[in-house]
Amino acid sequence: MPAPIRLRELIRTIRTARTQAEEREMIQKECAAIRSSFREEDNTYRCRNVAKLLYMHMLGYPAHFGQLECLKLIASQKFTDKRIGYLGAMLLLDERQDVHLLMTNCIKNDLNHSTQFVQGLALCTLGCMGSSEMCRDLAGEVEKLLKTSNSYLRKKAALCAVHVIRKVPELMEMFLPATKNLLNEKNHGVLHTSVVLLTEMCERSPDMLAHFRKLVPQLVRILKNLIMSGYSPEHDVSGISDPFLQVRILRLLRILGRNDDDSSEAMNDILAQVATNTETSKNVGNAILYETVLTIMDIKSESGLRVLAINILGRFLLNNDKNIRYVALTSLLKTVQTDHNAVQRHRSTIVDCLKDLDVSIKRYAPSKRWHIDTIMRVLTTAGSYVRDDAVPNLIQLITNSVEMHAYTVQRLYKAILGDYSQQPLVQVAAWCIGEYGDLLVSGQCEEEEPIQVTEDEVLDILESVLISNMSTSVTRGYALTAIMKLSTRFTCTVNRIKKVVSIYGSSIDVELQQRAVEYNALFKKYDHMRSALLERMPVMEKVTTNGPTEIVQTNGETEPAPLETKPPPSGPQPTSQANDLLDLLGGNDITPVIPTAPTSKPSSAGGELLDLLGDINLTGAPAAAPAPASVPQISQPPFLLDGLSSQPLFNDIAAGIPSITAYSKNGLKIEFTFERSNTNPSVTVITIQASNSTELDMTDFVFQAAVPKTFQLQLLSPSSSIVPAFNTGTITQVIKVLNPQKQQLRMRIKLTYNHKGSAMQDLAEVNNFPPQSWQ
Amino acid sequence: MIKFFLMVNKQGQTRLSKYYEHVDINKRTLLETEVIKSCLSRSNEQCSFIEYKDFKLIYRQYAALFIVVGVNDTENEMAIYEFIHNFVEVLDEYFSRVSELDVSFFNTVFHGTWQAHSSPYQIGSCSVTQAGVQRCDHGSLHPGSPGLK
Repeated sequence: MPAPIRLRELIRTIRTARTQAEEREMIQKECAAIRSSFREEDNTYRCRNVAKLLYMHMLGYPAHFGQLECLKLIASQKFTDKRIGYLGAMLLLDERQDVHLLMTNCIKNDLNHSTQFVQGLALCTLGCMGSSEMCRDLAGEVEKLLKTSNSYLRKKAALCAVHVIRKVPELMEMFLPATKNLLNEKNHGVLHTSVVLLTEMCERSPDMLAHFRKLVPQLVRILKNLIMSGYSPEHDVSGISDPFLQVRILRLLRILGRNDDDSSEAMNDILAQVATNTETSKNVGNAILYETVLTIMDIKSESGLRVLAINILGRFLLNNDKNIRYVALTSLLKTVQTDHNAVQRHRSTIVDCLKDLDVSIKRYAPSKRWHIDTIMRVLTTAGSYVRDDAVPNLIQLITNSVEMHAYTVQRLYKAILGDYSQQPLVQVAAWCIGEYGDLLVSGQCEEEEPIQVTEDEVLDILESVLISNMSTSVTRGYALTAIMKLSTRFTCTVNRIKKVVSIYGSSIDVELQQRAVEYNALFKKYDHMRSALLERMPVMEKVTTNGPTEIVQTNGETEPAPLETKPPPSGPQPTSQANDLLDLLGGNDITPVIPTAPTSKPSSAGGELLDLLGDINLTGAPAAAPAPASVPQISQPPFLLDGLSSQPLFNDIAAGIPSITAYSKNGLKIEFTFERSNTNPSVTVITIQASNSTELDMTDFVFQAAVPKTFQLQLLSPSSSIVPAFNTGTITQVIKVLNPQKQQLRMRIKLTYNHKGSAMQDLAEVNNFPPQSWQ
Repeated sequence: MIKFFLMVNKQGQTRLSKYYEHVDINKRTLLETEVIKSCLSRSNEQCSFIEYKDFKLIYRQYAALFIVVGVNDTENEMAIYEFIHNFVEVLDEYFSRVSELDVSFFNTVFHGTWQAHSSPYQIGSCSVTQAGVQRCDHGSLHPGSPGLK
């Protein structure tokens, strides 16, 4: 039988495959060859075959028939065989295969081998995939190796020990004596792995933790040496000496210092030193600072140190590097959550950070869900210190992320179930429950375990918010409106809602009273309008600035600031606003999406609204052009009417994809304009327009396009095949591109036409697609 | 703790993969395509850390190759980010200007380098810095690598 091909040849062959099917064919052929070669028990080429098998395994093809061969390789005497054998064992074998136990004896022999590299291989493999039985058998060998003087072996043994401890925690005691001298090493490799071993032991057992606390001074000393030592070419990474070891030691110090005053005190100096001396111009320095901040926050550090840590975080937030900002945000939130007292003491610093928090989060939030989660965490912990416009901002964010509605309302409901003292949180929660109460009750939530909530439970929580002494009148307003909205979303509890609303009709709080009376009226006289009035809110237009308190107004529902209870300055103002609403009511009687009762009205118990409703002129005159100051967005009725379609999935972001000139030569110009589909984000619709600036028509014009393999193209029929001269007309054609992998769009176009009596043909490549068209 | 390490190119072809927790073979290809998809859809404005299922992905792009490391919550993301670069530097030294082609052809050698470089990371951290370059010349990287006989 001819010698099996080398791995390189195989790779070369596979690379020439043009399709998945071809590749599969080649691989299957090769697998068959390998299998027959294995059957022949050929020692010389076994190594080569297994290497090929590993490569194919990486590509995703099954390779289980090679497992036994790996064992044979491990048992061989040649180093090259052993190496591939162990590699194969690590990749192909694990605890689930019965075969792996056969390795135990081989590994045992190799652990006692004369060559350190073989011993190293065995240690690596054991540390990678050893099962608990194997670990139990071989722990003694590992422990012996942990004590040798050979640093190469020592560090590998330390890691293997970590794995053994993970698999069989009872064996931890066995390694204790060996750890005595570990930190005395000069070799960084050994130091590093020893710190890993110590960390693992401390994390697993509180006794070990107590035992190792005495090592704190030694660790501090090592860290100090690292920082103070000059340039050492062996361990240098961008000017800092062995940053990875530094990070590791900091982490261990964190574990040791937690809840322990003495250790924390011993660490204070070195932490301050690291924090101040580390260079922050490179990522490395920042990584170390990040770890330091986490450590400071976790141990019982003194207040000066904490201030330092928060300042570092603050500096991170202002850094240009997005990675650093992300890291700072996550740790800041962790801090706010776990250490409320420390946060209180440094309130001013935090508030400064929080001011920028919103901006950064908006720009760098990895996902909508993360964004919502983060703001929610801030609301729950920072409570009343949150900026004023955080509430409307969050509401705006929630309406914008349609797919997150169910998840958000569920989380908010759970959040206020226990505690409704945090006003901003309760306000947002009440608003969301009012809007999406039906989603909450129906229990559809994809992101999280749906909870079973009944309509009564929801009303209970809202009522308790209303009654509670802790709720401000603003919050009460939110709650009452939410209850009202639920009257259209819920089916069984409408009577209860009616009752609640009528009770508040005689409330002392004027704001509440006014709202309640209006809602009562809605129930009684205008019941037919109630469902229309209380429909879902459309997606809000974004306010671009995040500067100091620009209070965002929704379409008519103003921020229920206490100011609104004062009578508005001029009479015509409420009229014009009411006109807006009523014109819409009159002009479009399908589903006008008008939010609940406008609030800037004279305080005479809402009677005026009813009068206005009564004598409205239903000719649909355009709404008052000078929009009242308190409602800035309702300046163009067309916008509102657009938003009035029953599908509030208006995505105004898609509107702005710039068009490009794809081709311009010999008087023929082709322009592409783009549209993205809301329902299917991997589809881009391109409309091409071909125009002709010469003095003769171009006839029989055919446009063809080709795209790379990962895309799919659909070309619809063109409007005509003649491009008239002098730009008097254009040919339009629609192309649909499906781009599931969101790769950069590239296209090759071929144009054929007849011009001035001769046939013309041209090929061109279009590379200047704007990123919004394919991302 | 590192859960997996991938080198995947922009077309979604895996050049190197190492899993530290058992993942079924058919789930692996799925994981790899999803991971590369989320990395590709990131713009330059976004940071290099992605939250994916219950891991965090830390990725770095080198020409057409993405190096992606999946970790759990306890890792220092920035240290791993630095570590990836360190690994590439080591490879660069060894192969003198390493390229994606080298990754395919010297697959086992890369495995060996990764093993040596990251053996602490199998269980949690990294220890090799420039010293790793010297270490690469012996140990797992025996010059007579199989398949190249």
